[in-house]
Amino acid sequence: MKALCWEGVNKLSVENVPDPELRNDQDMIVRLVAGTTCGSDLHLIGGYIPAMRAGDVIGHEFIGEVVETGPGVRRHKVGDRVVVCSFVGCGRCWYCANDLWSLCDNTNTNPGIGQALFGYETGGIFGYSHAMGGLRGSHAEYVRVPFADYGAFPVPEGIDDTSALFVSDSVPTGWMGADLAGVKPGDVVAVWGCGAVGQMAARAAMLLGAERVISIDRIPERLAMTEQHVGSETIDYTSTDVAAELRERTGGRGPDVCIEAVGMEAHSDGPMHLYDQAKQQLRLQTDRPTAVRQAIHACRKAGTVFVLGVFAGAVDKFPLGAVINKGLTLRGAQQHGQRYIPMLLERMAAGELKTSHLATHTVSLEEAPKAYDMFKRKTDGCVRAVIRPGA
Amino acid sequence: MKKALWALPVVAAGVAVARKALPAGRADDRAGDRWLTVTINRSPAEVGSAGKPPAPLDRFGEDIDVRVRPAPGDRGTELAVRLKEPPSALASSAPARLAGEDPRQEVRLALREAKALLEAGEVMLPDSPPTTHATPGGKALGLLARRSGGEGVL
Repeated sequence: MKALCWEGVNKLSVENVPDPELRNDQDMIVRLVAGTTCGSDLHLIGGYIPAMRAGDVIGHEFIGEVVETGPGVRRHKVGDRVVVCSFVGCGRCWYCANDLWSLCDNTNTNPGIGQALFGYETGGIFGYSHAMGGLRGSHAEYVRVPFADYGAFPVPEGIDDTSALFVSDSVPTGWMGADLAGVKPGDVVAVWGCGAVGQMAARAAMLLGAERVISIDRIPERLAMTEQHVGSETIDYTSTDVAAELRERTGGRGPDVCIEAVGMEAHSDGPMHLYDQAKQQLRLQTDRPTAVRQAIHACRKAGTVFVLGVFAGAVDKFPLGAVINKGLTLRGAQQHGQRYIPMLLERMAAGELKTSHLATHTVSLEEAPKAYDMFKRKTDGCVRAVIRPGA
Repeated sequence: MKKALWALPVVAAGVAVARKALPAGRADDRAGDRWLTVTINRSPAEVGSAGKPPAPLDRFGEDIDVRVRPAPGDRGTELAVRLKEPPSALASSAPARLAGEDPRQEVRLALREAKALLEAGEVMLPDSPPTTHATPGGKALGLLARRSGGEGVL
């Protein structure tokens, strides 16, 4: 079959690879209907998460059709249309049982790498490096889904493929940020980043009762899209002082909850960006935490900062003083999708959540390397490119 | 410069391996050879007992000591295992660990598998056939991945 493979830093190509096989009784094989580019893939492609091998298939956000089930699969049958959570959870370890699915104890087949980097390993994730289990990614014609009864969800008939696709990762990630940050009625919430995850975090904050939601970015079409489709206020950080703007818009208090949906390759227009970029290139820090710093600084006293963006290692000039002196709660997580996906599909069917506008481009698998280039450079108004292997 | 990135996990794992290979510096004559432990989200009765450890640990027979006790806070059961015969310094040296020859690695792997079998009913296997091809960085990463199950905490 054809698959989109990582062949080296900033090198993607479509290769012929062997079809995936059922390896465990609880596995199933899914034929891809659609997958999408994710901002966190850019960290892999650019070599910022250094645990990739040449030939690794990337991609982790997808929808497909069941074509083969192992003897231990009970909840799915051949022909079902399913959206699959990007993280794999066994469903029965303490973490899964406590709805902390991305921390599953039994799905990372390379636990030693995560343990060396983080102390304890995460669960496995499709197409996201050997530190996260080394599973094949979903930008392919077929993908193996381990523990399928727990990670795959039937898509209700009224929801189209493109809309449902984003329930695999970006919608639950955004929802989790607002939920675990404790957004409640009356809160003012600021969200850094108007990509898919940032937009979904803003929408989730509204649905959880936030009084005002303010989204921050610099890309004009993303700011306009967020205003139009999510309904939040926006700030273009290249045209104003974000901290000052947030302070005045919140009556001098600062946002109650600050959600960072940017990640380790953050951009800013200040001198600090050049400093961070230089240190990252010299390997003196692995991640650029620009938006995290800003969120911590802007957050109200005793507020909560939630880090949704993906970080891999160490950051520099971390404002710990602000965390302690302002009494902040700082929290982060990879997405616990299985906890939210059924509820999100219901909300989507009820018209409360809309995602189809995120799909600014649709391409075939052969066009995927170019689509990732466009997505990385944010050209042609690209927010998300949808990859359809069957197209 | 980008190629230097490969060094990061290699160095991190190397440091972890080297640290483990050092003696713990305590008076205990089994220092550096501590009990290997895993917590299983099952009741003690489901996990087994010192005389009857769960598969695949049962294959070690009389070579291991086993402890089973409830985990605090209703978090399941702690299963601890130690080889009766401590491995020699040579057997647990960094090169031996990289070669996969430290007998504790096999015990660690079996503990991990016992947990997966009891909790999830199966040990999740990596995808096959592989799609990767050999590069120098990839080979080093592949070695780490192969040793991965026998290292670290659970």
